[in-house]
Parts: sequence; structure tokens; C-alpha cells
Amino acid sequence: MFAGLDIQIPRGKVTAVMGPSGTGKTTLLRLITGQVSADSGEIQVAGQDMRVLSRTELYVLRRRMGMLFQNGALLTDFSVFENVAFPLREHTDLTERLIRQLVLTKLQAVGLRGAAELMPAELSGGMSRRVALARAIVMDPELLIYDEPFVGLDPISLGVILRLIRRLNDTLGITSIVVSHDVQEISTVADQVFLLSGGKVVAGGAPQELKTNPTEIVKQFIGGLADGPVPFHFPAPDYFSELMSRSEEP
Amino acid sequence: MIGELWENFTDALEGLGSVVHFLFRLVGNTPRVLLRFSLISQQIFNSGALSLIIIMLSGLFVGMVLGLQGFQLLQRFGSEEALGTAATIGLVKELGPVVTALLFAGRAGTALASELGLMRATDQLSAMEMMAVDPIQRVVVPRFLGGVIAMPLLAGIFSVIGIYGAQLVGVQIMGVDSGSFWSQMRSAVSLSDVTEGIVKSFVFGVACSLIAVYQGYYATPTAEGVGRATTTTVVTSAVVILFLDYLITAAFL
Repeated sequence: MFAGLDIQIPRGKVTAVMGPSGTGKTTLLRLITGQVSADSGEIQVAGQDMRVLSRTELYVLRRRMGMLFQNGALLTDFSVFENVAFPLREHTDLTERLIRQLVLTKLQAVGLRGAAELMPAELSGGMSRRVALARAIVMDPELLIYDEPFVGLDPISLGVILRLIRRLNDTLGITSIVVSHDVQEISTVADQVFLLSGGKVVAGGAPQELKTNPTEIVKQFIGGLADGPVPFHFPAPDYFSELMSRSEEP
Repeated sequence: MIGELWENFTDALEGLGSVVHFLFRLVGNTPRVLLRFSLISQQIFNSGALSLIIIMLSGLFVGMVLGLQGFQLLQRFGSEEALGTAATIGLVKELGPVVTALLFAGRAGTALASELGLMRATDQLSAMEMMAVDPIQRVVVPRFLGGVIAMPLLAGIFSVIGIYGAQLVGVQIMGVDSGSFWSQMRSAVSLSDVTEGIVKSFVFGVACSLIAVYQGYYATPTAEGVGRATTTTVVTSAVVILFLDYLITAAFL
């Protein structure tokens, strides 16, 4: 999947990873979080080498991470409140009163305190994502990972989530990694952007630098053009000859 | 041809190996889960209590059929009083554990497999891993243990209701003497008969629950994959139950 990939993600900044579909952005996240292990190469998270971590050490490290999944991945058996409370109940011995306060604070931050008693099935896609965000920050992680956080959000939720990412990062000093291909949104929230293509970083830097980057591939991606180094079409035989052929096979 | 057969054989062996490996993982995690018994009792409720109605109804009808057929058969030899013994041994040793396990696979096994498969398909298991919660410990082991504990209890209830059903038909309708029905049963049914039933239902409980959670946990995360996991759970469970039943019966002879 990757060849010669080298990325440094600085502490306390919002780092965006962008790239065309299928370039392995999600795989990169899975590598960082230790959900899959690399065939070769080295990954260090918070100074720890992911290759040599035992299962227990990995779980200890993961308590310092929060991850927002594309579809929210809420636990469907539990209410919104219990979903956000889940990590607290599993990892701490806090009193019920304290758990309640923490959960309500986080739900208030994503604007869903009133939805605390709803079940995940009663939520819209955007709402589930916001609940999942509340759940991801309830343990006050040092590293927060967002997998495609902007897909399918209405403009209001989008604005709120964008400001939330920025605010969490600035006030709590969280390191954030945002995987996305929404050029516009990323440029408002990220401190630095990496553009992945063909298994390696093709461009990196502040969002403004990327906009003025002269290379073909960056221009194509930022401008959303069909023609360029990244093929829009999946490899296929010649269009004309396939349409004209008498073969009945697809 | 022979190569293909050999491949099928090694595939099957590989599958069995990974199921056994999974079982060891579950057992290894069991002590820690036992400390949080509320998780298990919730699952005993889900697998056991919610299967009660179907188990009780089936037990009643199976017992009634036994009472009717047993009576007709025994009447030919003039020994209707042995009806209690015949029905009880049949239920406690054989029908109780086997029919309960088959029903359990259909009712609770499918529910377990599809629940876990859907959790996998909707990233809930990955989300737990990311929250540093081991889904094996938090989700799979409690469901497995819930099934293992529920099965002998259900089989016991099945047999008791079945005996009542046999009594209902044999004594109340066909007119077998109530005293001899019960006293012959009590003198003829030995502890080893009951033990055999308990061993069977325990083994079936392990097998059914293991197959269900294995199929669900490793289901392909698509609608089709979850559907297939559910079907495989029922089919495999049924075959495995009957096969194990033969083995245990032979072992107790």
C-alpha cells in the first residue's frame, strides 16, 4: 500500500491527511492506532515503537487516544448517555454523579445534551457522529483521530464540528489528525496538510502553501480536476472499442 | 480429484483448529469476566430467559407425545406402570438435552451470531478496541458464558415439563396408576442417568455458544455475510449436537 511514506505529526497541532480515494488514508490511521501492523517500516506513537508493543501496552497507549469513526460506530445496545459514559465505566471507578457530570459536559459541547436518553437508532447520521465525538473526548485523550468527519454533515453541524476540532485542539492541547478529502473544510481547520498519492506524500505544508503548490498532482487535487496525474477512471479497455464490440459479456 | 478432496479436508481441519484456538482465547479470558458477573447475568437473561417460552412449550408437547406413544407401546406388554420410567429416562438422558440444544441454536444461537456480526459490520467492535476495551472480554466471553450456563438450566426445565406432560397424558387421560407411575420412576431412574443428561447439556451449551459467537465474531461485515453466519450457526450446531450426542452416549455405556 505504501512505499517510502514518511510523515511526522507534531504534538498539539491539527494535521490533515488528504488524498484521492483508495490511497490508504484509513489504512494509515489503522497503522497509527495499531489496529493493523506494518509489514515493514517503523511507526512511533508518543515515542513508542508500535512494532514491539505487547497487547497490554497497546491498550494502555490507546487510552490516550480517541478516534472518531466514519459512521460513528455507536454501541447500538446503549443510549446516547451510556455510549458516552462507556469508556468511563470501563476504565475508571468514578462515582455515578461524576460520570453524569462529565458525560453531560461533553454532550453539551456537541450540542446533544437534550438527546442523552435517545437510542442510536433514533439519531441522524450527523447526530451519531457528534455523539461519537463526545465519546471520543470523554477520556480527555492526547491524540484525537478523525476519520472523514465532514461527510454528510449539514452546514450548521459542519461549522460546529470544525470549530470544535479547532477549540479542542487549542484549549486542551490535543494533537489532532484529520483524514478527509474536503479541501475547503481542511484549509480552515488544519495547521498542516499532507497530500498522499500512490503510497507516499506528494506534498506537505500549511494549507495556504498547498494552494500555491505548482506541481500537477496538487493542482489537480485542490482544483478537483478530472485530468491530471491521478486517473479519474478505473483502468478499463478502450471506451470506443468496448461500446462497439459485439460481445455480450459485461 | 484427490487433490481437491485433500484440500477440502485440510480446509476443514484448519477451520476446526481456529475454532478451538478461539475457544482457548475465550476460556483464557473467562476468569476476568467472572469478576463482572452482571455482564454474564445479562446474557443468561438474553439467551436463557428469553428462550424459556419456546423451551417450555416444546417440553410439554414432547412429553405428551412420549406419554401417548409410550403408553401404547407398553400396553402391549401389559406394563403401563413403567411409563414414568420410560418417559423420564428418554427425556433426561436424550430428548431434554438434544431438543433443548437444537431449539437453543435456533433461538439464541442465531441471535448471538447476527448480533455480533452486525456489531462487526458497523465498526462497533473496532470502536471498542479503540477505546482500549477488549471486545472479546467485554462482548464475546459474557455471551459465551451466558449460553454455557443457560443451556443445562433450560434442559432441566425442558425435562421437568416433559415429565409433567407425559404424566398428564399417561395418568390423567390414559388412566395409568399415578402411584406406580411415580414410584417406578423414582426407583428405576438412577443418578448416572441424570448425570449423563447434565454432561450432555453442558457440552452442547459449550458447542452451541462457541459456534454462534465464532460465526458472529468472524462474520464477513456485509448483509450477506451476517446472513450466512446465522445460517451456518444453525446448521453446524445441529450436526455437531447430534454427533456429540452419539459420542457422549457411547462414553456413558
